Amino acid sequence: MNAAADFARDRIAVTALAVLALILFAAFFAPFLSPQNPYDLAQLDLLDSKLAPGARAGAGFTYWLGTDDQGRDMLSGIFYGLRTSLAVGAISTLVALALGMAIGLVAAYAGGWVDALIMRLVDLQLSFPSILIALVLLAVAGQGVDKVVIALVVVQWAYYARTVRGTALVEKHKEYVDAARVMAFGAPRIVFRHILPNVLPPLIVVATVQVAHAIALEATLSFLGLGMPITEPSLGLLISNGFAHLISGRYWISFFPGIALLITIVAINLVGDRLRDVLNPRLASHYSA
Amino acid sequence: MLGFALRRLIQSVLVLFVMSALVFAGVYAIGNPVYILVSPQADQAEIARATAALGLDRPLWEQYWTFVAGAVGGELGKSFVWNTPAVQLILERMPATLELALSAMAIAVALGIPLGLLAGLRPDSWTGRTIMAGSILGFSLPTFWVGLMLIMLFSVELGWLPTSGRGPTTEVLGVPLSVTGWEGLRHVLLPAANLALFQLSLLIRLTRAGTREALAQDYVRYARAKGLAMERVMRVHVLKNIAIPIVTVTGLEFGSLIAFAVVTETIFAWPGMGKLLIDSINVLDRPVIVAYLLVVVAIFVAINLLVDLLYGALDPRVRLAGARA
Repeated sequence: MNAAADFARDRIAVTALAVLALILFAAFFAPFLSPQNPYDLAQLDLLDSKLAPGARAGAGFTYWLGTDDQGRDMLSGIFYGLRTSLAVGAISTLVALALGMAIGLVAAYAGGWVDALIMRLVDLQLSFPSILIALVLLAVAGQGVDKVVIALVVVQWAYYARTVRGTALVEKHKEYVDAARVMAFGAPRIVFRHILPNVLPPLIVVATVQVAHAIALEATLSFLGLGMPITEPSLGLLISNGFAHLISGRYWISFFPGIALLITIVAINLVGDRLRDVLNPRLASHYSA
Repeated sequence: MLGFALRRLIQSVLVLFVMSALVFAGVYAIGNPVYILVSPQADQAEIARATAALGLDRPLWEQYWTFVAGAVGGELGKSFVWNTPAVQLILERMPATLELALSAMAIAVALGIPLGLLAGLRPDSWTGRTIMAGSILGFSLPTFWVGLMLIMLFSVELGWLPTSGRGPTTEVLGVPLSVTGWEGLRHVLLPAANLALFQLSLLIRLTRAGTREALAQDYVRYARAKGLAMERVMRVHVLKNIAIPIVTVTGLEFGSLIAFAVVTETIFAWPGMGKLLIDSINVLDRPVIVAYLLVVVAIFVAINLLVDLLYGALDPRVRLAGARA
């Protein structure tokens, strides 16, 4: 495998990967990097509220990105917000990936009416925009971290199911699957041990780009007030909080969390694009043929 | 062709029916709006009276049956909050949303196709690369944040455009519109530009890819060999051949414009269906939520049906495949 070397040939993608690593680092070590814990009310000073970027805090450090209406350091808020946004995006994508993969594999391997039923469902769902489906689910279920994750899983699984089914249908007719059948292996073993590893590459590409989608969607839902609760503020909620102050010229409360969101999404997309080029199954089969 | 159309029509009605059951079960099975409507001091008898008045004491299947019977007659129940028929509320706000969505689509088409042609004609030039980079950015930028930044830049910093609302409307054939007046147009511009961003990026990519593909075809080479100017080849030969996918995607994407209008309307306080939905979700106004969803689902099903039929009419292969399945 020279996939890593292949990946490294694109300088933009490598830069994006480095940026992404930095973002992950900031999210993981938010408690150590942040000048204050933005959700420990004892550390907040209301006298420091709505300060412009670069102002000095009463506690001695500098608010490099300003403060919000609670006197919360925006930089710390962004570090903690990144945590929530990335965690929700990654967890929902992983669950959706597992679910969609299983359903797609079943559809491809079973064929017949099972396949037809599942694919009709997938088509039906994909004909509606994900934001609409997520809005409906959250309108019904209410707020909460778990509900947001469930909504994001429901929105995403169909993409994976379709991708997996498409690839698995091709793999199913290859000789190694026939060989496994001749060995009298059971269907579950053939599907999960033989076909699954071969359908993974295109799936990884879809998943990478989907994490970015999930993060953007979660931010949008939180902005609308239907996503994360106030106790688990994601970047979307931070931006939403700043909306009210935007008109009075206090741009930083919305602006900086938005920039953090933007950089995260663009970095993930660039890495995903490069991964697609490297792992492109069509190109790969073209070279090996 | 008639058989194909009929089959698609029956499928669409089926989808509508399934969606109505799902939406109904989902919205009605969870949460009790009575507690929001009665005063916190209400006693048990009062709550029971309110529940009965809203018909919420009946079994779920009976409620659904009443709902379907009403829905067929265009009656989706009264809003708990406004005490007017939910459908009427939705329909009152629909022109605003459609106006916004159509304005956004106009912006996306007017900018997206020329930019896409340009980028497709010179993919490796500085211009082509810049257009593509912009399109990638347009895909990545979260719509709602762009909306805030537009307000910040054009309304707060520069003071050129208003931040919210529709502005003065004029009645055209009984429908209030903003785009017909100068002041209204100023109100439409920012939200429409915000909503257009995603479609614009999509159209640029689509047009660019189509143009690149078409330019490699023999008919373009022959047209050039015949001595036709590049401008004429682009306008007559290339544009005609890439038109079908562009029209299809533009049509299909109209539905997502209506869906994403929920976000844009909330930011710009645009009094459309989407803002009504968010407001209704916040107060658990079930009939309005259900009515909104059914109206939007109906719009979607209609768009899909229309595009499918159009495709069947344009491309016989689709029709045949549909007949076999």
